[in-house]
Amino acid sequence: MTSPFTVPAIIAVTLATVIIGAYGLRLARTTSDFLVASRTVSPRWNAAAIGGEYLSAASFLGVAGLVLKYGADVLWYPVGFAAGYLALLLFVAAPLRRSGAFTLPDFCELRLRSRRLRKLATAFVVFIGWLYLVPQMQGAGLTLRTVTGGSYALGVLLIGVVVTLSVALGGMRSITFVQAFQYWLKLTALAVPILFLALHWQADGRKPITPAEGLTFPQRTTVVMEDPAVLVFGDGSKSAVAAGTQLTFEAGQPVPRLEAGRANDGLDWLLPGDQGLFATYSLILATFLGTMGLPHVLVRFYTNPDGSAARRTTLVVLALVGMFYLFPTLYGVLGRVYTPQLLTTGRTDAVVLLLPGAALGGGLLGQLLGALVAAGAFAAFLSSSSGLLTSVAGVLSTDVLGRGSVRDFRISAMVAGAVPMVLAFNVSGLDVSQVVGLAFAVAASSFCPLLVLGIWWRGLTDIGAAAGIVAGGGAAICAVLVTVLGPPLTGWMSVLVGQPAAWTVPLAFAVMIAVSLATRHRLPATLGSTMLRLHAPDALRL
Amino acid sequence: MTAPPPPKPRTRVVLGELARQRSVTQHLTEQTQVGDALLKGLMRAQLALALRLAVVVLIGLGGLPLLFHFAPPIGHTTLWGVNLPWLLLGVAAYPFLFLVGYAYVRLAEQNERDFTALMKRDR
Repeated sequence: MTSPFTVPAIIAVTLATVIIGAYGLRLARTTSDFLVASRTVSPRWNAAAIGGEYLSAASFLGVAGLVLKYGADVLWYPVGFAAGYLALLLFVAAPLRRSGAFTLPDFCELRLRSRRLRKLATAFVVFIGWLYLVPQMQGAGLTLRTVTGGSYALGVLLIGVVVTLSVALGGMRSITFVQAFQYWLKLTALAVPILFLALHWQADGRKPITPAEGLTFPQRTTVVMEDPAVLVFGDGSKSAVAAGTQLTFEAGQPVPRLEAGRANDGLDWLLPGDQGLFATYSLILATFLGTMGLPHVLVRFYTNPDGSAARRTTLVVLALVGMFYLFPTLYGVLGRVYTPQLLTTGRTDAVVLLLPGAALGGGLLGQLLGALVAAGAFAAFLSSSSGLLTSVAGVLSTDVLGRGSVRDFRISAMVAGAVPMVLAFNVSGLDVSQVVGLAFAVAASSFCPLLVLGIWWRGLTDIGAAAGIVAGGGAAICAVLVTVLGPPLTGWMSVLVGQPAAWTVPLAFAVMIAVSLATRHRLPATLGSTMLRLHAPDALRL
Repeated sequence: MTAPPPPKPRTRVVLGELARQRSVTQHLTEQTQVGDALLKGLMRAQLALALRLAVVVLIGLGGLPLLFHFAPPIGHTTLWGVNLPWLLLGVAAYPFLFLVGYAYVRLAEQNERDFTALMKRDR
C-alpha cells in the first residue's frame, strides 16, 4: 500500500516548514522580536497559527481512530477540544492578554507576587508540555512505519530534530507563519480526500456502516499482528495469536476483534452511553477546562495587541477548529466499511492514513490522496510539537537554565526537545489520544482553577493557589502515572483513574478557595492595581 | 517695626469637594473607594455574562449525556438517515459553540463600551 508520492510529500512539508522558518528568522532581529513576534501578528494569522498549533496528532489521527473503535461516545473528544476555546474566551482571553503575562509562570508572579509559586507553575508547564510532546513524536513514528514501512525510531528522530532545530533557530515569529500555513494544510489534507471518499462510498451503493450481521472484510486482506493478542471471532470463539502472526481473510468473512480492546460492533458502536455518565462528564470537564491550561495555547495570546483583539482572535479560532473537527469523524465512520482490519490489529490510529488507499485502490487518485493525508499528519506533528517545544523551552530558559537570553532559549530548546524524544523511543505502546486526554486532565486540574480564580476572585492567595495546584494537579498526575505505568485496573477504580477530571478539578477549586480563605493575610498589596489592569477596557488606556 | 502683613482670607476646605474634582478615571487609577466600586461593578457584569453563557452551554451540550441516558429512544431516532446523537455531537455542536462565543464577544464589548462612556461622561 506504499504510495510513491508519500515520501516526497512528507519531505515537502518538512522542507516548507524549515524554509518558512528560515524566512521568519531573517526578520527576527532583537530578543523581543525573537521571543514574542513583536506582538505585530494580525488576528487572522494569529488565529490560524493557534489552530495550526492546537490540532495535533490526537486531532488529526487520534479522533478518527477513536471513532472507528468506540463510536458515538468518543464524539465528545472533538467537541470538548473545540469547546475548550469557548471556556478560554469566556473566562480568560481578554484579562490574560491585558495582564501582559507571556507564560503561566509569568501570570503567577504578576498576580500573586510569589517566586515560589512561579517555580511550581514552571514544573507543571514542563510536565504537561512533555506529556503532550511524547504522543506527538510517537504519532510521527507510527505514521512513518504505516505509510512507508520505515522504522518507528526514524520517524521520532525526524520530527524531533526538525522541530528542535526550527524552534531553536527560528524563535516565535517563524513559528507563527509556519503554523498558520500548517492549519490550512491540515484542513485541506482532511477535507479533500473525504470528498472523494464520500463520493466513492455513494457510488459503492452506500455500504452499511453497522451491518446487522457484523462487519465483514471488503476484500481479501492479510493482517500482521504486531503484538500478541487474543482475538474474538464472529461466532464467539477465541484464539490467542503471537506477535508477527500473519492472518489472511477472504472478502465477506466476518472481522474478528481484539478481546482486550472495546471494539464495539453494531448498536453499541452506534448509540451513546456505554462508557457511563461519570466517564463522559469527566471527559467533558477535562477537555472543556483543560485547553486554557495548556502552555502552548497561552503563549499565543501575548501576540495580540490588546484584550479585545485577544477575544476576537479566540472567536476566529473557535470557528477554525470547529470546521476542522467536522472531518475526522467521517474518517472513523468510513473506516468501518473500508479498513475494518484495524479493529483486528488494534492500530486504529492509522485509519486516516490508510483509508484513501483502501477505499480508492492503488490507482493514481488513491496514491495522491494517501500522500496528502500523510503530509497533513506530518504537519500536525510538526506544528503541535514546535508550539509545545517553544513554550517548554521558554519557561526553561527564563526560570531554570538561564535568564531568558536568546542563547539560553536555544540551549533550553535542545534540552526540551531531547527529553520527550528519548521517552518516545522507549514507549511505543501508549495510545495517542488517551495520553493527550490525560494531559488535558492535568491542565484542567491545575492551571484552569489558577487562571479562573486569579482573574475573577480577589481573595486568591499564593499559598491557596499552590495548595490547589499541588492537590488537584498532583492527583491528576498520579492518575496519569498509574494509567501509563501501573497495572490495568478494573471496575470503579479504572474509571476514577482513567478519567480523573471529574474529581480532580473540583478538588483543585475547593482546596484553592479554602486555603486562600485561611491565609487571607497574604493577599498581595498590589491586588487593586493588578485587577484594574486585568479588567479595565482597552479603550480607556489607563 | 513694620505692621504684620494682613492675614490671607480664610478659605473653607471641604474634602468632598476636592474629591469631586477628580475625574472618574482618576478614581480608577488611584483606587479610591469609588474607583474600586466601579471596577467591581464591571467585573461583576463581565463575570455574570460569562457565567450565563456557560450555563447555556452547560444545558445545551452538558445535558446531552443525561438526555441520551434517560431517553434512549433519542439515540435510535434518525434524521436524513443519521442517528440523532451523531448529528448533534458531530455537526450541530460546532456552530452552537461558535454562536455562544459570538454572543459573548458582542455583549462583553457592549459592557466595556458602557463602562468607557461612563468614564468619559464628566471629564
